[in-house]
Amino acid sequence: MSLEILTFSFMHRALISGVAIAILCSVIGLFLVLRRYSLFGDAIAHSSFGGIALGLLAGVYPLWTAYGVSLVSALLITRIKEKFNISGDASVAVLLSSGIAVGLVIIGISGGFTVDIFSFLFGSILLVSVNDTILILFLTGIILIVVLLLYRQILYSTFNEEQAKVSGVPVEKINYLIVFMAGITVVTSIQLVGVLLISALFVIPNVTAIMYGKGFKQTAIISITFSIFSVVTGILISYILNITPAGTIVLLSIALFAGTMGIKSTKLLSKN
Amino acid sequence: MLNIVEIEHLTVQYPDVKALDDVSFTVKEGDFLGIIGPNGAGKSTLFASMLGLNTKYRGTIKFFGQDIKKSKNYLKEIGYVPQKPIFEKNFPATVTDVVKMSLQKESNEKNIDNILQQLWIHELRDRRIGELSGGQQQRVFIAKALVNNPKILILDEPVTGIDQQSIDLFYSILRELNSKQKITIIWSSHDLDAVNQLANHVACLNRTLFFHGESDEFFQNDDLVKQYSEASMQEHMHHH
Repeated sequence: MSLEILTFSFMHRALISGVAIAILCSVIGLFLVLRRYSLFGDAIAHSSFGGIALGLLAGVYPLWTAYGVSLVSALLITRIKEKFNISGDASVAVLLSSGIAVGLVIIGISGGFTVDIFSFLFGSILLVSVNDTILILFLTGIILIVVLLLYRQILYSTFNEEQAKVSGVPVEKINYLIVFMAGITVVTSIQLVGVLLISALFVIPNVTAIMYGKGFKQTAIISITFSIFSVVTGILISYILNITPAGTIVLLSIALFAGTMGIKSTKLLSKN
Repeated sequence: MLNIVEIEHLTVQYPDVKALDDVSFTVKEGDFLGIIGPNGAGKSTLFASMLGLNTKYRGTIKFFGQDIKKSKNYLKEIGYVPQKPIFEKNFPATVTDVVKMSLQKESNEKNIDNILQQLWIHELRDRRIGELSGGQQQRVFIAKALVNNPKILILDEPVTGIDQQSIDLFYSILRELNSKQKITIIWSSHDLDAVNQLANHVACLNRTLFFHGESDEFFQNDDLVKQYSEASMQEHMHHH
């Protein structure tokens, strides 16, 4: 197989956007996983499906309506959890199914499934446009800058909310900021892996990295590295073999996770 | 000596129970106050109110002469060690990461090495927090509380579930912090002997404050000690 594929401009866009999304999902996902919010990404993604259907029905660019709907649901989920004393996983489950339900009803009204819907469900990274790439890079940049500026506060309130409060960290505001950034990250990542597989990017590289890293920064770097590896290799392999990139990317990160568990368990065995 | 903490008529009413009933006392600069009382006596509620975590109370709490409802600035002068710090067991944070979390100013970062050495955890600084023993973790949380050179250290029952050797080390660290570094300490404990040895003031709490004064005054008054022991014994039986 030649390296010719690396000369295509659609491939450049796919790889650049893919790497940006990989970094973004790893960073935001690490905080979500440690907050026991692993399925939050999934819930937002499913609710944004409702937003996508709405956009397609109204003739608006579907990702814009998806951003709107996902941010509203992200804030709603947090509010419901705070106000009504419903557990995190239950509020995630409610939101997850309502998004899909709304989406299905709207799709029904507008006359059934189309190719567009499938590309949002399963991703379409090879079709990403120049404007999409610029938007992805812009949002990734903004979110990473915010995370770096508020690194200590975000980490502290993830570690222990009560202690963070006593140290003067505005924990409630930080919590809202996290879900807000997660909402944007999810919709931005839809183009890479689609609605159905987003939580894989949030969760798998991070649970893998947590098994290796000692400190927080080291863990984040390992997670980003695994994530970039899966995305880049996944995009290239899927193009060469003509299979779906989303599935390939997620399977590669699952392979890294499984390999890590294998290494760790042989180490544990040899210790005993 | 300056009144560093003033608590006046503090009452906390939960829906089904009065957790604190008209509690008033003061803490002077340099005091080592031991707060004793049976389970459910309101010690944790008292601390939560003092730390701004519970704002639903009647009465006033002042730190450095200022009502804590008016300004949260006093929190910068406080180091707090919780009863049992709750965190994800596999949280990827080293000892240094955890201690750094409470840094208020970058310039305090140079304190970290000294503090870790003082607490005998310097060689653990690159280990993950979840891998340490209970006693080691407790010292990490003291280090974390000390990193901003606090004037007051507040500790909530901090020896629960920790081995005796670590407890002894912990007590000697507290004594040193109070006597050498002049840090005011407010400490809640079940351990009467330890309070007798360490604290110079005692507050006896069982929803109401039924004694507050010099430590000797309490421990030399057999009636008071007996009363306290009976009360906590009853509570103990009640729990089993």
